[in-house]
Amino acid sequence: MIWITLQLAFRELRANILRSLLTTLGIIVGVAAVVTVVTLGQGLTLKVTSDIASLGRNLLFVLPFTPQRAGPATPQTPFKVEDAQAIMREIQGVLAVAPSTIKQSQAVYGSNNWFVPVNGTTNPYFIVRDWPMAQGRLFSESEERGGRPVCILGETPRRELFGHQNPLGASIRLGQTTTCEVIGVLAPKGQSTFGQDQDDIILMPIVAVQRRMTGNDDVQQIWLSAVSAERVKPVQEALASLMRERRRIRAGEQDNFLIRDLQSVSALVGSTTALLTAGLSAVAAISLLVGGIGIMNIMLVSVTERTREIGIRLAIGALERDVLLQFLIEAILLSCVGGMIGAMLGLAGSAAIAYAIDVPFVLSVWVVIVAFVFSAAVGIIFGFFPARRAASLDPIEALRYE
Amino acid sequence: MTDAPLIRFEKVSKIYGKGEAEVRALDGVDLTINDGEFVAIMGPSGSGKSTAMNILGCLDTPTSGRYFFRGIDVGTLDRSQRALLRRHYIGFVFQGFNLLKRTTARENLELPLIYRRETVGQRRKAALKALDLVGLSDRANHTSSELSGGQQQRVAIARALVTEPAVIFADEPTGNLDSSRSHEIMKLLDDLNQTRKITIVLVTHEDDIAAYAKRQIRFRDGKIASDTVTRGSVPA
Repeated sequence: MIWITLQLAFRELRANILRSLLTTLGIIVGVAAVVTVVTLGQGLTLKVTSDIASLGRNLLFVLPFTPQRAGPATPQTPFKVEDAQAIMREIQGVLAVAPSTIKQSQAVYGSNNWFVPVNGTTNPYFIVRDWPMAQGRLFSESEERGGRPVCILGETPRRELFGHQNPLGASIRLGQTTTCEVIGVLAPKGQSTFGQDQDDIILMPIVAVQRRMTGNDDVQQIWLSAVSAERVKPVQEALASLMRERRRIRAGEQDNFLIRDLQSVSALVGSTTALLTAGLSAVAAISLLVGGIGIMNIMLVSVTERTREIGIRLAIGALERDVLLQFLIEAILLSCVGGMIGAMLGLAGSAAIAYAIDVPFVLSVWVVIVAFVFSAAVGIIFGFFPARRAASLDPIEALRYE
Repeated sequence: MTDAPLIRFEKVSKIYGKGEAEVRALDGVDLTINDGEFVAIMGPSGSGKSTAMNILGCLDTPTSGRYFFRGIDVGTLDRSQRALLRRHYIGFVFQGFNLLKRTTARENLELPLIYRRETVGQRRKAALKALDLVGLSDRANHTSSELSGGQQQRVAIARALVTEPAVIFADEPTGNLDSSRSHEIMKLLDDLNQTRKITIVLVTHEDDIAAYAKRQIRFRDGKIASDTVTRGSVPA
């Protein structure tokens, strides 16, 4: 019986193909929108988390910070190189620690120049950031200690300053005063999630930057990585108490530094993206609702149009529920076909958009299933009222209907 | 149940409206129709013959009085039970043919069988057999718009026959046909009555059509004015 009804419904819809398509257009658009938003949202989340992972493994960093309080703003208290050394010495489970001080500078080689952040740091930075060299070598111990003017180029300044030339051994000028020798080039890392070019950087020994460029012995931030993911939390706690001690913060006073771990940043960004996706999906789902109302509308018209047919069916022995089932199945079929077309359009659309905005395309089966079940539900809910109206027609009146 | 007459009206009345506007479409009608009869119900419009037909066909129920179909009191049945009664015992032929549009003759015939939950094989066999009875075996796969009026009415008769009902109610079956097609249809009904012993109740206002029946019942003002049994053969 169901099978026959399905066939009848299918034929009815095919006989009015244009009207059927227009009827289900709302569902098509709604499902396509939901599928697109969710698929892109998932792709975006994946990209964000993998980008954050690319910053380095089990990464933590410490920044100076001024707690909010009344009165005039107090300047931030910077770190010193000794802080980094103390962290390495006193905290268990730390793989590597690198202090970092950044100074924006004009880099010049021959007739090319490039405005670039110069990051003064130490060799462990390459471990912390999980960043291999493309060519050349790291800083030597004497270069680090003596603050020799040597530098390692990121991919972007290498390309801008040297093009196809070999940069190793060349001398570049940084700002007005410093000249340094290129000893290595970093492997490209690509853009970060936030659109920042991670390769746009030049690394120098921190002592060299302090002496020649900033003119003080301040350290702006300290990067460190724990030996394993499980150690991130204990390291973070030990780091907080060590910093409070070294920066002489009394009990009850607020920290004047911030510790960030990238896992929590990653989780935060992930949940933000998920929230955004949910919000947009809800908006898209409204169009699904409107699509359902469209189906109800057309089904009501269809019931009136087919009053006579309903009368015939009732006269020759159809029960109310036979007629109810028939119209219900037509509505469900309409919305399910719409759901299928919508899901396909949504997947195709999100694949195209994902390609265009360079986000991975995540094909998730459950999105399609949920969209499909949802559209079937829309069909049942909005098909029921017209179907009941059809089933409750009086056969005598219906047969007389012109 | 088999001892009971096929159809029995006991003081059946049907009243529309109330008070001043009250219309007695049927007014205390007594009537018995037995198996195998061929009855013509006649009368001018407004005489109550259509109302009688609706009640006979279990599409409507009397306001008062009782209608027994094979001993079953139809007035006590609900909508679904009456639908089941129609499904199993009653075939309809309408003035306007009332075939489904965009549907082939065979599929139209299979429809009542679908509601009887018969299998595909049973349906096909019964449909083709019924089409053969009305002489339209070669039109099985034509849709109703591809058939002439006479052919459509024959398909409709086949649809009424296909369930092997106890009675066929034909409401002005020749009303939309010219006179030669009308006589073809009446000969077919007469033949079905004689050879297959199917009870036929016919509503018409044309005397030459009514003459095919063996019994003519005339309605006037909601009452039976005359009830005559004739030879019931084909007029010359």
